[in-house]
Amino acid sequence: MPPTLVIARLTVQETSRRRLILALIILTLIVVGFSAWGFRKITTVTNSSGSTLPPEQVALITSQLLIVVTFMYSGVLALSAAVVAGPLISSEVESGLLLSILARPVRRSEVVIGKWLGLGVLVAIYAAGSAFLEIAAVDWATGYVPPHPVQLVLYVGAEGLALLSLGLLLSTRLSGITGGVIALVAWLMGWIGGVVGDVGTGLQNQAVENVGVFSHLILPTDLLWRGAIYAMEPDAFLATLRAAGTVGRANPFAAVDPPPVPFLAWVVVWFGLMLALSIWSFRTREI
Amino acid sequence: MTDVIEQVAAAPQGAAAGSPAIQTVNLSKRFGRTSALAGLSMTVPRGEVFGFLGPNGAGKTTSVKLLLGLLKPTSGEAWLLGRPIGDLQTRRRIGYLPELFRYQGWLSAREVLALHCELAPLPRSSWKDEITSALDTVGLTDRAGDRVSTFSKGMQQRLGLAAALLGEPELVFLDEPTSALDPVGRHDVREIIRGLASRGTAVFLNSHLLSEVEQVCDRVAVVDHGRVIASGTMDELLSGTAVKVRVTGLDDAEKARLASFGNIDDEGDQLTFTNLKPDRVPELVAEIVGLGGNVFEVSPRHQTLEDRFLQLLEEEEK
Ligand SMILES: Nc1ncnc2c1ncn2[C@@H]1O[C@H](COP(=O)(O)OP(=O)(O)O)[C@@H](O)[C@H]1O
Ligand SMILES: [Mg+2]
Repeated sequence: MPPTLVIARLTVQETSRRRLILALIILTLIVVGFSAWGFRKITTVTNSSGSTLPPEQVALITSQLLIVVTFMYSGVLALSAAVVAGPLISSEVESGLLLSILARPVRRSEVVIGKWLGLGVLVAIYAAGSAFLEIAAVDWATGYVPPHPVQLVLYVGAEGLALLSLGLLLSTRLSGITGGVIALVAWLMGWIGGVVGDVGTGLQNQAVENVGVFSHLILPTDLLWRGAIYAMEPDAFLATLRAAGTVGRANPFAAVDPPPVPFLAWVVVWFGLMLALSIWSFRTREI
Repeated sequence: MTDVIEQVAAAPQGAAAGSPAIQTVNLSKRFGRTSALAGLSMTVPRGEVFGFLGPNGAGKTTSVKLLLGLLKPTSGEAWLLGRPIGDLQTRRRIGYLPELFRYQGWLSAREVLALHCELAPLPRSSWKDEITSALDTVGLTDRAGDRVSTFSKGMQQRLGLAAALLGEPELVFLDEPTSALDPVGRHDVREIIRGLASRGTAVFLNSHLLSEVEQVCDRVAVVDHGRVIASGTMDELLSGTAVKVRVTGLDDAEKARLASFGNIDDEGDQLTFTNLKPDRVPELVAEIVGLGGNVFEVSPRHQTLEDRFLQLLEEEEK
């Protein structure tokens, strides 16, 4: 097995033996259970005239609630990815664990890519697994399925990967959990930057709107999150949003359009840049 | 910035087979304003046990890390097994026990060794035998299946030693290999080093423990403050005689007047003249008696590495 894959395997092994993963799985199952029960309620509530809600209204409410639930999932995923990636390299440099590994014919780039791959696989599995469970639960409870479930998984997974990449880059230089904390703060700032951009859209102020654009360019997590929202919006709801004009666009929990293709291309470049920077940073680090 | 750590350059040495195990030319390393290594030039022949001896902070660990490409030299050049340092393929033939040894706590000892076999890389068919024999050599066979996190520090160091032995390397770096070991463990390590030497493996042994070095090394370099202050074979280095004198009734000023007899290791009632010709012993005793000292014992002996080491460090300070 090439060294990159050996390191990736080792990363998967180590991370999956952590309590964090077990806790995450248990929590996810609990949330899925509760949300199935909660969503079921929507179909049984009665309106003022005593009848249950019409299917279109159930779908609308469900889609909105699902966005909020998914926001929580993406937050948990981003948080975990950052917290695990933050010390991924620095802790092994400090403990001396990497000394004996790097004295083998192993390139530093192979260590970085291997760790990225290993953790990336876990992020992807979690994103796909939790989305599948949640969507299945919602489908069972209400019969509603978001219009683009695959894209939803891709966007949420990519958001986790983005935080993982940032955390890993910081971990080539910063000690312990510091990198993870900084990555988390950056993620929150990115979200706020997006909201500020929305405000700019609402006020039709180009300068303020640009804040959102720049923050999406620097850290595309919020952009990816909006992609996830778009994937969860039924057509009827989109039509309402579009009809509302600028007001419809100035909402951090709604997306009128999918992320533009050039932006998505930039995200791919961004991932490449983060990895290249991490490799360069680790190569020039003395251990 | 170019990648200094993984460069692949042509060896100026020509054929690798006849080249020394280690060769350095003016290898230097600075950390900011501290000079950790100041112009190390040395050659370690193949198949020899080489002791790299020096007090704490002398630059021993820095030297090993430079040679293994873990640190980047500030200036100077070095070759391992005829190839420039940083060459990836050379590392297949090298074993390393770091001073700060730490292995994956969540793996068993056997799994850690399998990991190193895989990274070395050794052919998969040989892993089982390699691991079994390495575990046996370091005395961890009984604990092979236990998680490393349950190991004592000494057992982890044994595991590190086992990892360094995998695949019959041509050159093994041991950085303070007995720092966590009990006397039995230290004895075992000496046996392991002798075993390596007998099958032609060169060993680079970093140590501040003189007895350890004295017992196993063919050749020694003494480093202090990043510079080699003496080097040679054990015989060359320890040609002198040391004289131990048990004496009372001398104050510091009087002791200082004995300086013409060479370096003194002053331990209160016991003075060791680290390098004194035996024919000057009567003269020394007469001088001490003349100063009013009461002599209880005078014993000349072959200079030990400790005598020589103390003598060198003292000369260095002057
Ligand atoms: N990463 C580092 N940063 C700054 N100084 C260092 C670093 N590593 C070693 N040094 C300094 O270099 C000198 C030599 O250290 P070292 O090679 O570890 O000594 P030894 O192994 O002989 O005890 C010491 O003064 C030490 O403080
Ligand atoms: Mg040291």
